[in-house]
Amino acid sequence: MIAEFGQLALVIALLMAILQAVFPLAGAALKVPIWMAVARPAARAQFLFLAVSFYCLTQSFISNDFSVRYVAEHSNSALPLMYRIAAVWGAHEGSVLLWALILGLWTAAVSIFNRGLAEPFVARILGIMGLISIGILLFILLTSNPFERLIPMPPDGRDLNPLLQDFGLAVHPPMLYMGYVGMAVPFSFAIAALLSGSLDAAWARWSRPWTLIAWSFLTLGITLGSWWAYYELGWGGWWFWDPVENASFMPWLMATALIHSLAVTEKRGAFKVWTVLLAIFAFSLSLLGMFLVRSGVLVSVHAFANDPERGLFILIFLGLVIGGSLLLYALRAPAVKDHARFSLFSRESLLLLNNILLVIAAASVLLGTLYPLVLDALKLGKISVGPPYFSSVFTPVTAPLFVLAGIGPLVAWRQGNLAKLWRQIRWFIPASLIAAAIITSIWFDPKQIKSFAALACAIWLASTSLLPLAQRVHLRQGWRGLKQPTGFYGMTLAHFGLAVFLVGVAISNHYSTEKTVRLAPGDSAQLGDYRFVFQGVTEQEGPNYTADEGTFEIYAGNEKIATLKPQKRFYPVQRNIMTEAAIDPALSRDIYVALGEAMEDGAWSVRLYVKPAVRWIWLGGLLMMGGGLLAAADRRYRAIKPARQADTLTEHALTVKG
Amino acid sequence: MLKYLLPLGLFVGLVVLLAVGLTLNPREVPSPLIGKPAPRFQLPTLENPNRTIGADIFQGKVTLLNVWASWCVACRQEHPFLVELARQGEVAIIGLNYKDTRQAARNWLANLGNPYEINAFDADGKVAIDWGVYGVPETFIIDPKGIIRYKHIGPITLQDWEQKLAPLIRYLKKKS
Amino acid sequence: MRITLFLALLFLNLPGASAGIEIRHFPSPALEKRYQHLIEELRCLVCQNQSLADSNADLAEDLRDEVYAMLIEGKQDQEIVDFLVNRYGDFVLYRPPVKKTTALLWFGPFAALAIGALIFWRLVKRRRLQSAEALSEEERHRLNQFLHKEE
Repeated sequence: MIAEFGQLALVIALLMAILQAVFPLAGAALKVPIWMAVARPAARAQFLFLAVSFYCLTQSFISNDFSVRYVAEHSNSALPLMYRIAAVWGAHEGSVLLWALILGLWTAAVSIFNRGLAEPFVARILGIMGLISIGILLFILLTSNPFERLIPMPPDGRDLNPLLQDFGLAVHPPMLYMGYVGMAVPFSFAIAALLSGSLDAAWARWSRPWTLIAWSFLTLGITLGSWWAYYELGWGGWWFWDPVENASFMPWLMATALIHSLAVTEKRGAFKVWTVLLAIFAFSLSLLGMFLVRSGVLVSVHAFANDPERGLFILIFLGLVIGGSLLLYALRAPAVKDHARFSLFSRESLLLLNNILLVIAAASVLLGTLYPLVLDALKLGKISVGPPYFSSVFTPVTAPLFVLAGIGPLVAWRQGNLAKLWRQIRWFIPASLIAAAIITSIWFDPKQIKSFAALACAIWLASTSLLPLAQRVHLRQGWRGLKQPTGFYGMTLAHFGLAVFLVGVAISNHYSTEKTVRLAPGDSAQLGDYRFVFQGVTEQEGPNYTADEGTFEIYAGNEKIATLKPQKRFYPVQRNIMTEAAIDPALSRDIYVALGEAMEDGAWSVRLYVKPAVRWIWLGGLLMMGGGLLAAADRRYRAIKPARQADTLTEHALTVKG
Repeated sequence: MLKYLLPLGLFVGLVVLLAVGLTLNPREVPSPLIGKPAPRFQLPTLENPNRTIGADIFQGKVTLLNVWASWCVACRQEHPFLVELARQGEVAIIGLNYKDTRQAARNWLANLGNPYEINAFDADGKVAIDWGVYGVPETFIIDPKGIIRYKHIGPITLQDWEQKLAPLIRYLKKKS
Repeated sequence: MRITLFLALLFLNLPGASAGIEIRHFPSPALEKRYQHLIEELRCLVCQNQSLADSNADLAEDLRDEVYAMLIEGKQDQEIVDFLVNRYGDFVLYRPPVKKTTALLWFGPFAALAIGALIFWRLVKRRRLQSAEALSEEERHRLNQFLHKEE
């Protein structure tokens, strides 16, 4: 019964989405206030019904209702409650429902926090989000209904893929989707602005906090995903350049370009057309990612069950949404005037460079991801494009970004002073090189030129990103200089986070050590500074699995620093074997142990890793996220007086339209 | 105006590419061995461990080489079709038994029927690697000169047979 | 058809995350490094986009054995790669070979950098020459309004 209820709620949500799209858009075009007024209540009602629908599916999982096909295929009565709840989005159907729910959440948020926006503008934004929602809800109802019944009802479910039975599933997809779907907000702002013709600094100011929040979620989602893959997949990597990972990385690169370009548009009124295009691209790449993950055109470790029919639906949806918006762009953009003027060396020109590099980076990832498909479609053979390709192409494209990010905030808008900048930063160059040389020769190996260069780059970025703050403190002669807008701190923190991330990459990629050994109980193995003593394997009983659990004592010198218990689990329902690595985490290094195969006489093959500074990668991601949120919390985004602004924008919109 | 239409143009191209992509199977890897002589091998037969066969078995007739194993689910599904094909006798069917045990493979043939003229027994799968086998079942068509002409991945369906394999076999027969 | 093929492949490739962990003995650390490097750059054919190093599939294990045996025999990296390419095609290479069909793949990003530099130069030059004000009068007015309210 509850499943039918959920489906009904979904249908009502679709009706609400139709109301939310049709009346406000028509009302804004024909200037009928009462039609426009439909937008807010419809948006909130849509969210409410989506939440009900989502709750119904969750309840079906909690109560083990295996008469629902989706539950039967992805859950089991022995599955612990936490995973039963997370299993709601553990496969295709439920995850699209989560997508729709999160779109509803963003829509409801826009319907509430829009002080200062003109009524037609709000109506258009919500209307466009309604259109997107219609597409997604139709997709769910026509091709991927999670509420479909299974008759006869099986005695038990087929269980959730053991790989997904993890805390990571509870947090990674929701955060990632908050980011992906959040890109719909700046997208809708951009389309609404194109429709009304009011592309200006004010529009950028409204888009900015939304974009920053969505970007922060996307950053968090990707960081969590990387961390999850690191400990769960069992071979110690943190990024695999898999098509699905690329699908999340491309929107991130584009969104990063967008937040920088929005800064120029807001502060200087420049790059308007470009900013609109980036907003369209960022969301387009989110949708493209959805297609790549769910259509089966590419082979990936993380892909959902493939179905060309679903692929076709998403492709048509994609074509309408993106094709439509790019057409609108082609029609409206030529009329937008952009007179901003700046010199060759200025904040604007550096941000332009940032944008060009980020877009090229995203395009390179797209090229590498789709290239096998292109060759296959042209019947030119099958190739694989993997990590070796991406690291050789991506590094030279992004390296200048790390250098420029340190300089950018030091350069003035409009007209920068090259001589002054040189005076400020000249000592940072040798200092970074010397610091990198010292660090690598004390702990690592300075002859590894790549990691040395990356580390020097990271130190450069970390120190120069703090320089503007130091200057302000100096200028105000004391702690009063610390009183800066949170936006400034957000930028500083995000750039600093990028440096922290780069330190992690530089050190862990080049100085990690690993070893595969055969250990009998009582044996020990040495890796780097650590000695691993194997105490043997015992059998453990989990809630829905049995496990062989090894015990390893880790010694540094004569001091015991950790006891690690990696497992090799057997999940009887799916007849699946999983290795659960055990990790002793620390900022300086991770010690990582994975059990291999049982050998004769109680011995096991074991893989040992020592990964220095690998945590810094995710720490950097978290700092960047924090920076984004801090920037979004800046006072100036909340200080817009409603009435006055509404008037000017309305007038402006009407004059441009007329 | 043109530069504003550029993104739309690129996007249309992308959509066409993705639409074509939907019709392709990303898992099917074409074999580089097509048009090349069959790799040389020496293997004992499944039927008699003391007898060995090699690539010269393909000389003088069109051969269908089927890679199979008793543990392979899809092979079981394909099997009745091969039995029927053997009954019709249109093409010589040779088996390459992949990473199997003699007992299990013989039982399988006794129970389900034996479409193979003879089976090479590749216990460690090394010969299969030379043939570029990456999943069972796989099927090769070899012409009378011992040149590999076609590789089919996965179980052969009636449709595959009628549309691809049968016409090729007839053509190769006529040519010789 | 696709489904059945998938099942067939599934059977070879026990899904789940247990990377193949074998004990190998190498006469020198340099050889071990080459082995590790090779199996990381070669693709497991039956898997969902995993390298030979990362996969626990049967075939991946066999191919690791082959690579190991050839290294011990003293073969060069290129010979080993060619051995696999001759059997499975370019598909096994995670680093696609540079040839006519992959020229765009390998040089595209660098061409894009060159074009990007050109665009940057042209845009900045045009902006420099223009004499109009940065913000239109109206925009300046409204921005001022914001700025005042901020204080």
